[in-house]
Amino acid sequence: MQLFPCPFCGSRDETEFHYGGDAGNARPDGAEVPIERWANYLYLRSNPKGTAREIWVHMSCGEFFVMERDTVSHKVLSSTALGGEHAA
Amino acid sequence: MTASRLATGGSAIDRSRPIRFSFDGASVDGFAGDTIASALLANDVAVVGRSFKYHRPRGIWGAGVEEPNALVDIGGSQATPNTRATTEPAREGLVARSVNATPNALADRNAFLDRFSRFIPAAFYYKTFMWPDWHMFEPRIRAMAGLGKVDTDWTSPGTADQTNHHCDVLVVGAGPAGLATAKMAAGAGLSVTLVDDRHKPGGSLGHRAGEVDGKPASMWIQETVAELAAGGHLILPATTAFGIYDHDLVGLNQRHFDGRRDTLWRVRPRQIVLATGAIERPLPFANNDLPGVLSADAALAYLRRHAVLVGRRVVVATNNDSAYEVAEAITEAGADVTLVDIRRDGIPGTPAKVRMLEGRALAAAKGKLRVEGVTLDDGTRLDADCVLVSGGWTPTIHLFGQAKGKLAWSEARAAFLPGDPVDRISVAGAAAGSVSLSEVFAGAQKAVASLGQAKVPAPRSTGPEAPGGIVAAWPVPGSKGRIWIDYQNDVTVKDVELAARENFVSVEHLKRYTTLGMATDQGKTSNLPGLALMAGITGRTVPEVGTTTYRPPFTPVPLASFAGARAGELMAPVRRLPLESVHRDSRAVFQEYGGWLRPAHYGGRGADAERAIQDEALGARRSVALFDGSTLGKIEVIGPNAGEFVDFLYYNTMSTLKPGRCRYGFMLSENGVIFDDGVLVRLDEHRFVVSCSSSHVAAVHARLEEWRQDRFGRDAVYIHNATSDVATLTVSGPNARKLLETVDLGLGLDDADLPHMAIGHGCHGGNEVRVARVSFTGDRSYEISIRADRAEPLWAHLRQAGQAFDAVIMGLEALMILRAEKGFIVIGKDTDGTTLPHDLGSGGPRLKRQSDYVGRRSLFTEEASRNNRLQLIGLTVPSGEAPLATGAHGIKREGGRLNSQGFVTSSYQSPTLGRPIALGLIERGAARHGETIEIQHLGKVRTATIAAPCAFDPAGERLHA
Repeated sequence: MQLFPCPFCGSRDETEFHYGGDAGNARPDGAEVPIERWANYLYLRSNPKGTAREIWVHMSCGEFFVMERDTVSHKVLSSTALGGEHAA
Repeated sequence: MTASRLATGGSAIDRSRPIRFSFDGASVDGFAGDTIASALLANDVAVVGRSFKYHRPRGIWGAGVEEPNALVDIGGSQATPNTRATTEPAREGLVARSVNATPNALADRNAFLDRFSRFIPAAFYYKTFMWPDWHMFEPRIRAMAGLGKVDTDWTSPGTADQTNHHCDVLVVGAGPAGLATAKMAAGAGLSVTLVDDRHKPGGSLGHRAGEVDGKPASMWIQETVAELAAGGHLILPATTAFGIYDHDLVGLNQRHFDGRRDTLWRVRPRQIVLATGAIERPLPFANNDLPGVLSADAALAYLRRHAVLVGRRVVVATNNDSAYEVAEAITEAGADVTLVDIRRDGIPGTPAKVRMLEGRALAAAKGKLRVEGVTLDDGTRLDADCVLVSGGWTPTIHLFGQAKGKLAWSEARAAFLPGDPVDRISVAGAAAGSVSLSEVFAGAQKAVASLGQAKVPAPRSTGPEAPGGIVAAWPVPGSKGRIWIDYQNDVTVKDVELAARENFVSVEHLKRYTTLGMATDQGKTSNLPGLALMAGITGRTVPEVGTTTYRPPFTPVPLASFAGARAGELMAPVRRLPLESVHRDSRAVFQEYGGWLRPAHYGGRGADAERAIQDEALGARRSVALFDGSTLGKIEVIGPNAGEFVDFLYYNTMSTLKPGRCRYGFMLSENGVIFDDGVLVRLDEHRFVVSCSSSHVAAVHARLEEWRQDRFGRDAVYIHNATSDVATLTVSGPNARKLLETVDLGLGLDDADLPHMAIGHGCHGGNEVRVARVSFTGDRSYEISIRADRAEPLWAHLRQAGQAFDAVIMGLEALMILRAEKGFIVIGKDTDGTTLPHDLGSGGPRLKRQSDYVGRRSLFTEEASRNNRLQLIGLTVPSGEAPLATGAHGIKREGGRLNSQGFVTSSYQSPTLGRPIALGLIERGAARHGETIEIQHLGKVRTATIAAPCAFDPAGERLHA
């Protein structure tokens, strides 16, 4: 059972969190977005072995944040609020 | 074997407290402090079970968790199948049964199977029973093979407690290494938790010789434990650390012997020291599974702990020094002992009165139901009633392996030892390969140093030191006779050879092909001999073959421990309405809908339920119905950017909504699929209320938060989920307005004041109410929202006012009929994971909207523009026929085949129309109104006519009636 650091609440059990997707998967706006670009946004995931930057939400407080973690060792490297104002 | 209880001795037993229990129907006498195994041995019960596959007679092998043979089913209120007799305390009145034996272990009806063993090697079943179908044979085979039986009628007498715990150091194992580590860590000021799966601390010092700091071992153990307890440190005996999980969470299962279920501990230590000891291995010789063949160390434990002498004429066979103490001790206890050591050189001195045979090994054990003698590798035959074997020691590194620790092969110890250190985990004692107490204490000191406490003095070993010499004696290919590797799963040397011949040479393949190490003991005694044999067969070294992956649990853990209180109603607790007790008084029949416990209908059960539902629906159409809609989502979106926000979140343009007005719309996922639908209320310029589906509130709330935080910014809008704060009571029907006029809410109900899709504000009993004129029934409806804790008087007032209009109270089932008559959808019922808004006839925003919104781009893909998409339609069947089955497929016959054209999503008997109605998603349905279509369900075909979704009042006149 992993411990994740919520930038607002501190270290909490992983069951309190929900995965929100790759960080940096910016939404391409507009009706004219090339379909390949849109499909990448919807479905293409990097699934890295090693360091991953991901969006997570701490369901207890409702805040989304960016967490860097190692997908092999499960070490958490950093977690930062979306606005960058808090880090844990 | 003629085992017996000695007249004196036994550190674990209390002779003043005799107990009696039953095994296979026979009565067994013992003392408090006995395990089932020690009591059976004291009564000279040799055969305690039958083997998994061949029904071979099996006796007790060990004295601890590694036991592969002596499994028993415990009956009664604490019923547990496949319990290890070696760890289970004997208790007064306990009922134990042998496993896989009919009628009992001694006279098993299926014992004949062993004579056919050569025809049923590993994988025999899968190769043989291929035709016509494995499933034809499976039940018979399963009935003949296997271990304990589960009593399916048994229910748990209680729930297991679960607890969380933190400490500086968790020490697993309270043998000499664990006790020394705990003592030193506590002395350095760290908070220590010490766990051990035995009933008393001490580990091997409980039966092996040793002297610490000039004191007998037993005194040192007592003093150390007392010192830890006095220091406030937690000591948990009869507790197994069964797993290390991510981020060093350690799972403990604590046993109680007072009728309580076990307790599950979730421990988050800063540091972990594994002092888990080592497990003695068997030696390979023919019939090494005969009852009366025991682990040498176990025999010593039974002697010193339980005063049980396992035999009179004993052969001790060994490849290492640890068996010498055993030979000496049982000789002293009165047995006639022959010590057979495979080594010639470097062996310790022969103990007094022991017959010594150097450079010899056992070739076979002889006997039918128990050992009667042995044959040595030079052909010598020896009479014996018991054979004690020590094939060396396998360090218990399971937890280290689970924590992803790499293992290092030690030729000197003939074992895998912990390799490179794992962060925050140290290993000490026999688990790290230490043998003598001096080594053990030095290792403990090193472990404490790794906790950052360098200068703590270690206990000193002041007695004779155990020597650790060993020469590996692995099973070798081509051996004569049947040599057991895995006792519990009946895997022999020949099975491993077969696996190698068929190229299952990888250790993971070997395991799965032969089932080596897959039994309830998880190969604690068998894995290393098995993979060493594979190494020998394939010409590799043991580390080249490697080990299988270590996974939790170390020993079986009751599922009740993991479940804890999460059983019955607490498995998935329902959400409850504020007016639940009021509805109960009105004879509501409750059902769970999307996590909420809601009235399905009022009155009527069984066959009468359908009539009650029809009457409620009819009453709502004829006059007026009251409905508790409190579960409806009410999520407030507040702030200067709220309009822009809801525009982006909804498929429909929402910012053009005037304050005080409502609009129905869809929320889509980014893949264009309809995520939710509902009415959006604009309270004022900067304040909206999202009414989402009852079962969907949490998901919608999370989605709103995600877009708010990720796109709009935390300062731009504020979102508040007010669903539980507010109760919503609905008045619907032709007389809704008249009824409400008699309940003076202090607001105008004229169509000019409160037109359809508008809201008004009023007051009831001093509390603000919000009245929304929206309709999910197609009739004139008012949804009245009030503080949840003030809803009861309003409901009572509405009920009282309703009497003049023959008002009905209506459950969810009747509402479902009313909404289906109107063709109003329920998300997830009338839509699925592919439904796009234009499939429901809502194509306007897709074509007209200029601004971006969630899911927009996905509505213009090839897939979204297909002309044969499933579209929402109504289905009509003649009156007198039964309603269509929900889920039935619309079909088309093409070249003799039936192809699905879509399916029925909702289907009811409409009391208003006097005929069945249905909604469905059918290919190109919108253009096929009036067409007849075949509907197939469970092989039966009916016909129905495709129609518009709305079957009742298509002009919508009743909204204003």
